[in-house]
Amino acid sequence: MTEPADFLLAVEGLSVSFDGFKAVDDLSFYVDANEIRVIIGPNGAGKTTVLDLICGRTRASAGSVRFRGRELTRLKEHQIVQAGVGRKFQTPSIYEELTVFENLEISFPRGRSVFGALAFRRDEAVRERVREIASLIFLEPMLGERAEALSHGQKQWLEIGMLLIQDPALLMLDEPVAGMSVSERRKTAELLRRVLRDRAVLVIEHDMGFVEDIAHRVTVLHQGRVLSEGSMQHVKADPKVVEVYLGH
Amino acid sequence: MTESTFSRKDLIGVLTFAALILVVLPMALDPFRLNLVGKYLTYGFVALGLVLSWGDAGILSLGQGIFFGLGGYCMAMFLKLEASTPAATKIQSTPGIPDFMDWNQLTALPWFWRPFHSLAFTIAAVPLVPALLAFVIGLAMFKRRVGGTYFAIITQAIAAILTILIIGQQGYTGGVNGITDLRTLLGWDIRTDHAKLVLYFISGGLLIACLVAAQTVRRSKLGRILLAMREREDRVRFSGYDVANFKIFVFCVAAALAGIGGAMFTLQVGFMSPSFVGIVPSIELVIFAAVGGRSSLLGALYGTLLVNWAKTTFSEDLPQLWLLAMGAMFIAVVVLFPNGLAGLVQDRLAPLLARLRPQRPELQQVAPAAVDASNQGVAR
Repeated sequence: MTEPADFLLAVEGLSVSFDGFKAVDDLSFYVDANEIRVIIGPNGAGKTTVLDLICGRTRASAGSVRFRGRELTRLKEHQIVQAGVGRKFQTPSIYEELTVFENLEISFPRGRSVFGALAFRRDEAVRERVREIASLIFLEPMLGERAEALSHGQKQWLEIGMLLIQDPALLMLDEPVAGMSVSERRKTAELLRRVLRDRAVLVIEHDMGFVEDIAHRVTVLHQGRVLSEGSMQHVKADPKVVEVYLGH
Repeated sequence: MTESTFSRKDLIGVLTFAALILVVLPMALDPFRLNLVGKYLTYGFVALGLVLSWGDAGILSLGQGIFFGLGGYCMAMFLKLEASTPAATKIQSTPGIPDFMDWNQLTALPWFWRPFHSLAFTIAAVPLVPALLAFVIGLAMFKRRVGGTYFAIITQAIAAILTILIIGQQGYTGGVNGITDLRTLLGWDIRTDHAKLVLYFISGGLLIACLVAAQTVRRSKLGRILLAMREREDRVRFSGYDVANFKIFVFCVAAALAGIGGAMFTLQVGFMSPSFVGIVPSIELVIFAAVGGRSSLLGALYGTLLVNWAKTTFSEDLPQLWLLAMGAMFIAVVVLFPNGLAGLVQDRLAPLLARLRPQRPELQQVAPAAVDASNQGVAR
C-alpha cells in the first residue's frame, strides 16, 4: 500500500443524483481502522444512499471511495464484498426458506464461484465457524430452524451474523436496532460492542441512546452534505445540528 | 450434523419412480402405449431442467422448446445423414445428401451438417449446442440483470424466431416438415418394436441418471444458493457471489437436459420438426412441470407423465376439449395449488398420513439437522 494516510475508508467528493435531485452532494469523510462511526441525520439526508454508494448498489456520478487503498466505485458488488466490505440492510434480509445454519453457511467465505459452490463440502471448519457465530448472535439453539420462524430481532441478529462470518474489515449497518424491543436493543448493543472490535463499523441509526452508547465519532448528514462531524458531545452542541435535526 | 447428499426419502422416491418406469409400465403396457410413455419421458428431461431453473432459481423460461428442438435436430441430422447414403439416394440429382436438400436445389452438404457424420460429435452436440445457446442468451440477459417477465418474453421471442428460421431455411433444415424418414442408428433399425423397447429403456435409464444428477446439484451449496437467490437476490450478491454466473449456469443445465430429451424424442418418434420448437410446445412444457410441482423433481416428472397421458386420452375421445381442459388445468394450478401435485401431496396427504401413523420413538431422537434434512426432502 502506498497510501500516505492510513484511513481504512476514504470517501472524497462523492456525488449522485436521481432525476436531477442531488441525493449525495460532494461528500467527503474518512474512517479509521477499528473506528465505530455513526451517521445520523433527518429523513432524506442521504444516509442509506451513502451506504449504497460504498457497497456498489448505486453507482456514483462523481467522486471516489477508496478502501484499503483500492478504488471501490469501479468494482462490482460481489467484488466489493470480497475486498472486505459487509453490508446489512435496513429490513432484515435473510433467506426465510433456509435454516439458520444454511443462512450462515451461504455467507461463509468459501466456494463463491459456481463450481466452487458445487464442490463445497460442509467440513468441520465450516461447522465450527457457524456454531461460533451462532453462539455470538444468541441463535445456537435455533441452528436447525427455518429462518422464517425467527422473531424480528432474531432475524436482525442473523443478518449481522451472516456478515460476521465473512469477517469484513468494514461493516456497514443500516438501522440495526430498528423495530426491536427494549431488551433486544440492549442485547444488540452488547452484541455489537463485542463483535465490533478489530474492525471498522459504519452505522446508520436514529436511536440516540444507542448512538451515544456505541459511537466513537458521529457524522451528521443534511441534504447530502456533511453538516457536522466529531464526537457525540461536539455534534450535540453544534447549533446547526440542533436546528435541523436534534432540536425537533 | 452430517450433510447427506441423499436422504432416505430421496432414495425411496427415486427407486419408486425407477420401478414404475423400468418395471411396472413395460410389463403393463403394449408396445404402442409404451412407446407413447417413452415420448412423455423425453419431456421429463425438460421438466427436470425447469425445476432447477424455474422452481429453484426463479428463472421462468417460456422457450425450453428451443433447446429440446436443438437437441432433437442434432440427433435427427446424424440419423438423416446415415439414411442418405449415395446408394439410398441414387435417384436424386445430387446423391448422398438428404432428400429435402436435393428438392431445394442444394448440390452439396452445408458445412454445419458435415460434423454430424460422426456419432461421437452428435452425442456431444446434443447437450452442448443447447447449452451454448443458453450460455449466450444468459450472458446477454443476466449480466444486464434482465429477469422475471422480461426474460420469459425474450425466451418466447427466441422460440418464435428459431421456428421461423427453421421453416424459412427449408433447404438446410427440412422446413416445416422437419427431418423425417429416419431409419437406422449405426446400421441398427430404430423403427422395429424391439428397437423401440430398447430405446425406451435407454431413455428411462438416462432420465433417472439425470434425476439423480439434478438431485445432487440441488443438495449442493449451489442448490441452496439458487433458493437464496430467488428469495433475496441482493443479499446473495452482497454475500460475495456473482449472481449472474449462477443464473447462467442453471439455465445452461436446464438447456442441456432439454437437449438430451429432444434427442431421445427423435430416436423414439423417428422425426423432428419445428412444431416442437415454438411457443406453444414451450408453454406446454412449462405446464407439465407446473402441474406436477415446480419445486419437486419427482413431482414434475409425475406431472409430465400424467398430463401427457390425459392429453392422449382426451385427444383420442374428445379432441376438441383438450385445449380447454389444458387451459383449465393451468388456471387451477396457478390459482388453487401453486406447488402442483407435489405441493398437494406434501400439504394435504403427508400430514394426514403422519396423523394416522403412530409416533415412532426413534424419530424423536434425531438431531435437529437431520430432521431439517428430511423436512427438506419433503419440501423438494
